This record gives sequence, structure tokens and C-alpha cells, in this order.
Amino acid sequence: MTVWQQARLVERLRETDSAVTLVFEPEEWSGHLAGQHADIRLTADDGYQAVRSYSLAGPVEEGRVVFTVQRVLGGEVSTYLCDDLPVGAYVEVRGPVGGWFVWRGTDTRPVMLLAGGSGIVPLQAMVRQRRALGSRVPFRLLYSVRTPEDVIYADELARPEGGVDVAVRYTREAPPGARRAPRRLGLVDLNTHGWPAEFEPMCFVCGPNGFVEAAANMLITLGHDRHRIKTERFG
Amino acid sequence: MSALTPGFRGGRRTVSDRVPPGQYLTEGFPVLSAGPTPVVDTGEWSFTVVNEVGERVSWDWAAFSRLPHESPTVDIHCVTRWSKLDTTWRGVSVDTLLAEVATAADFAVVHSVDGYTANVPLQDLTDGQAWVVTGYEGAPLAAEHGGPARFLVPHLYFWKSAKWVSGITLHDEDQPGFWERAGYHDYGDPWLEQRYQSGW
Repeated sequence: MTVWQQARLVERLRETDSAVTLVFEPEEWSGHLAGQHADIRLTADDGYQAVRSYSLAGPVEEGRVVFTVQRVLGGEVSTYLCDDLPVGAYVEVRGPVGGWFVWRGTDTRPVMLLAGGSGIVPLQAMVRQRRALGSRVPFRLLYSVRTPEDVIYADELARPEGGVDVAVRYTREAPPGARRAPRRLGLVDLNTHGWPAEFEPMCFVCGPNGFVEAAANMLITLGHDRHRIKTERFG
Repeated sequence: MSALTPGFRGGRRTVSDRVPPGQYLTEGFPVLSAGPTPVVDTGEWSFTVVNEVGERVSWDWAAFSRLPHESPTVDIHCVTRWSKLDTTWRGVSVDTLLAEVATAADFAVVHSVDGYTANVPLQDLTDGQAWVVTGYEGAPLAAEHGGPARFLVPHLYFWKSAKWVSGITLHDEDQPGFWERAGYHDYGDPWLEQRYQSGW
């Protein structure tokens, strides 16, 4: 673990109307596990500081760490990061944090990822870690999102690598021609796109609390062992 | 002009000296759990205290309900940086539970039905500092907040206040719990910002 260090914003990528990917170059980064997060600290001219934790969106590449930040209405840190922080400016970072909601490449169980909204971020970090390792562990990602415009990492998800199945389900508005009417994720979706409980997959569920609560309960209903269900909730 | 984060002004300056450093006030009650919310039937629930030599005392729901109850109003502080002031709970003081067992232990581990654990020095659980609570703001404690019964030790970060509690074990040696083994601080004093394991 490390202390606060300065990190320069080197790139900003728009993901959706409300989500931005930020690429930082910290002074040094010891590495992290897929699913971990880190603290970002902002300092105002009068010395006021604000700190929030954000999920790391993928493994370290060339010393750069990547976050995807969802703008929270009235959120003093997320709105600044999404709208105002200029490329070339510095924030402070500290991390990584969290040793529980992580996927390690050494675990060979099939992986089931259930994402709600911006809960996709730490789960896509696991997919990217799998890719970086050249792992062949079978992954299935089921992503519940409001509308097609809200899909984070849309291009990447549209072309998953071998061994990673991706299904996106819409809750409010589906793309033209979709056969499934927009609705919340249900047992049918998990049955169709999830691993059977007999495969004993490791399940990671991340999203707003209502989503996580519902999705984790559905996994239990389908017979998954609660000790193989890890959750991360926000809101 | 700060070299850092140009143009950042910030929104919510904390206005209360009851809010520890690095925390912000919330009006909501966020839910943070490591796994699915367990369904705990009060007909099957019990709370057990086991001392350092293995002696145990248990209460089922009915017996627990007959113990003297208190209604503490306290401030709570989550390591994820929200704090909530003046929360009112209803439950049994840990002093009442520990009065039934002889112990010279220095440490306690709080256990949940789902296997979650949190370690706390025993001296932090006595003298009116901790409760096992079954009610929140005048209503039975909701399952997602730890119902039917959770721990409440408000002077430490809130992960120490384990949800869905099933008992306390007493020990001569400190034994890191669930989050403490995953990188969080052994003690967790919000006023000292003891968020993560030493080094931070």
C-alpha cells in the first residue's frame, strides 16, 4: 500500500452522456487486482479537500491507471472529474483499496459477472485482466442498463474475445428491432445468459443497491452457493 | 491557485464538528454488503456469547426480546466516507449480554450468520459503547440493514457494526475479521481516519 501521490490526467474518453473514462499517470503504481478501487483526492484553493473511491477500470498499462467515473447529480467530485478536470492537471490518488471484490487470474472457476449501470466498471476490469493474462477461464457478462445510449464500453462489449460471452439487457428502452421488451433483469435472463449453478461459478454482482439485491437473490434462487456470490453496491 | 485540481471549489463543506475528517454527511442510509442479503428467520435466530475457555450462553429471539432494551441515538461513520448523525436504534447493551459470562479476554470477534466477522477490543464493547440492535428509527430493522439483528458500535467505522449477527466470541489474542483481512484497519477509529491497514 502507498501514500497519497500526484497523478496527471493524460487522457479523457467520453463513454456515455454521464460517464467518462480518465487515464492518469501516477508517480508510481505498485499494481492492483481486477475489481479493486482507489481513492481520488481533490483540493480546492482554500485547502478544502474531498475524497471519493472509484473502481479501477483495467490493469495498469505502461504505468497508467484507468478509472471510469459516472457523474452523480450534485456530486462535488464526480462532476468535477467528468466535466472540469483538464488534461495535464493533477489530482492525488491512493490505492489500491479492497481485497474482497477481486478476481485473481489463478482462480479457474467459471466467472459470472452481473452488472447494473456503472457497476460494469470493476467487472470490465476483470474481463480486461483476463485478456491481459491470456487467461482461458470462461466468463459470462450480463449487463443491465437503461438504454442503448447508457452502455459504457459499448464498442469493446460488442466485440468480446473468445471465452467471454456478453449479453446486454435494457430496462427502459431497447434498441430498434429488439425482441425483448425493456424490463428489469429477471430469472429468465440469468437462466439464459448465466452459468448453471452446477458449474459452481464465481459470481460478481455490482451496481446500485436495488439491482444488486435483486440479482444476488435471483442467483440464490437458482441454486448458487451464497459463498460464491460477491457483491459491491453503491447508492 | 493550487497546483492540484485547478478550478475545483467543492460543494459540501462540513458544518458540524461531529463529522470526522474525510467524511461527508448523508441523509440517506447507503447499503454496503459483501454478499447477498441473508434471510434470517427470527424463529431460528439466536445470539450466542462464547468466552475464551469455550463456555457459552445463548438467547433465542423470545429470550433476547425479554432482555432490558435501550434506545441509543448515535452518529455513524462508514469507511466509504458517509456519516449520518442522530440515528436512533433499539436494542440490548453488550454489557447486558456479557454480564452472563465470566471473561478475562482482551478481544472479541463479532460473528454474522453469513460468516462475516469483525474484530473489536473487548474494552470497546463495554460501558455503554455497543449494542445488539433489532430496531431502527422506530421500526424493526430491515434485512438489508442487518435485520433482524445487527451490531452497533458507533465510535468505530461502521463495518465493525456487523449485520445479521449471530454472536460474539471472546479471545486472548486479536484475530482479524473479514474486512480487516482484506486490507482494512484492525481498529478503525474514524477520528484518526484509521481506514486501511498500517502504512496509510
